[in-house]
Amino acid sequence: MTPQELQVQQKRELEQKQEGTVPARFFVPNADIYETDQALTVVLEMPGVDKSNIDVHVEEDVLNVEGRIDFSKYQGLTPIYTEYPVGHFRRGFSLSNRINQHKISAEMSDGVLTITLPKVEEVKPRRISIG
Amino acid sequence: MVANLDPLHALLTLQRALDRSFDSDWLRGSTAGIGTFPPINIFQQGEDFVALVELPGVSKDAVEIQAKDRSIRLSGRKTIAFQDTASVHRRERVSGVFDRTTTLPVQVDVDRLRAEYKDGVLALFIPRAESDKPRAIKIG
Repeated sequence: MTPQELQVQQKRELEQKQEGTVPARFFVPNADIYETDQALTVVLEMPGVDKSNIDVHVEEDVLNVEGRIDFSKYQGLTPIYTEYPVGHFRRGFSLSNRINQHKISAEMSDGVLTITLPKVEEVKPRRISIG
Repeated sequence: MVANLDPLHALLTLQRALDRSFDSDWLRGSTAGIGTFPPINIFQQGEDFVALVELPGVSKDAVEIQAKDRSIRLSGRKTIAFQDTASVHRRERVSGVFDRTTTLPVQVDVDRLRAEYKDGVLALFIPRAESDKPRAIKIG
């Protein structure tokens, strides 16, 4: 059987509500969101972004993630053939009150940012033992 | 019974047959490249080339790089692991097998080819083969 061909996803450019003051293009990083009993996990792909250039913050129930590319690496390189655009990444998620915002943690490795959003205690399923 | 003498019919049947062979495994199996993943940007740095490939979240032993003459082949597997008990709300990341061959406009010095993987970007430093560089000829 033919293996499923991996399709390249074209990067989606972010439509910003406010204009920026410096010329920079922002793209929407691809995200996987999954939920377990304990927490909600958001995994974002931001290739080319170093851990020190990531900014994750929560403000007014919105989780904002921004990852910046270090363009100095491209100095002296002349593009000959390009298939993908390069730019910073930004994405925001609104959080429900089921998330314990004080316990949010994040890890970054190989261009993949994993954010764990633990659920508030009351929301976690409880097993009732039969007496 | 009237035989179908329409010449277009013969052409369309031939084209359909050709299309079907492209979809079959047979032709794909023999060529090294399938699809267009992962995306590659190729830059020139002086005499040499640098290829940047976006491959977030793969381990180094999951990618194989082969080079010969003017072609470079990237193959491997990108895996995404979810916990068994997880309920998935959104899936935008791709995962699977990839196998892609790119041809450069110059001959590659295979022995000095260098690859680095950092922050999800695979960088291939491709030096141009000495034999490929034009030599100045002195007039005696």
